[in-house]
Amino acid sequence: MKVLVQREDFDVGAEVEALARGNPKVGAVASFIGLVRDVNDDAAVRTMTLEHYPGMTERSIAQIVEEARTRWDVIDCTVIHRYGELKPTDRIVLVAVASGHRGDAFEACEFIMDYLKTRAPFWKKEQTPQGARWVEARTGDDDAAARWKK
Amino acid sequence: MKIKVLFFAALREQVGVASEEIELPGETSTIAALCSQIAARGGAWQAALAGKKMLRFAVNQDMAQPDALLKSGDEVAFFPPVTGG
Repeated sequence: MKVLVQREDFDVGAEVEALARGNPKVGAVASFIGLVRDVNDDAAVRTMTLEHYPGMTERSIAQIVEEARTRWDVIDCTVIHRYGELKPTDRIVLVAVASGHRGDAFEACEFIMDYLKTRAPFWKKEQTPQGARWVEARTGDDDAAARWKK
Repeated sequence: MKIKVLFFAALREQVGVASEEIELPGETSTIAALCSQIAARGGAWQAALAGKKMLRFAVNQDMAQPDALLKSGDEVAFFPPVTGG
């Protein structure tokens, strides 16, 4: 299991490849990549700055990954989340899950992403032509996380 | 008792402070009591902590509810709902 919170970009191919390399038990790798869009809530986005809570961020993501492991067959998992200043088309987050079968890989990947969006302490601030603004949390994200409750 | 208090994102900008040490009366306390003490400073502090629906808390880097108990040396963070991913 690998959890990284970093300023730097990451190599999607290398990360996904590394999850399955040399392990014949891995039958599926599902991955999600989140990117910076150039528009949000009808305003153009020039840059986006991501702030986080060092320490708690890594801790909360590790807890989410552990929870996924108790619910699905997760052989290995990589979560990388960037912070600092990003621009449209930049990668923000990678969640990749290796499993025996696709069902577990898909579901665990989506679960980790949904929980990360409501529990990991990151905050986005957008620079738009009208000035800077903090992105507001969406209730849809809470709904997405809530549907995983048993 | 001494508590380390952290503010993040829009909340940090609103109060103009990222972190501070706060002295609370007694051996134990709660997030709600800490919140009231800080809000009592008035001005931006009161405004920032008034919108309870928009406030989230963590104690020692775990999400917590307002009734969570605090002890000396705890790290308490105040922040808006998270928007990562």
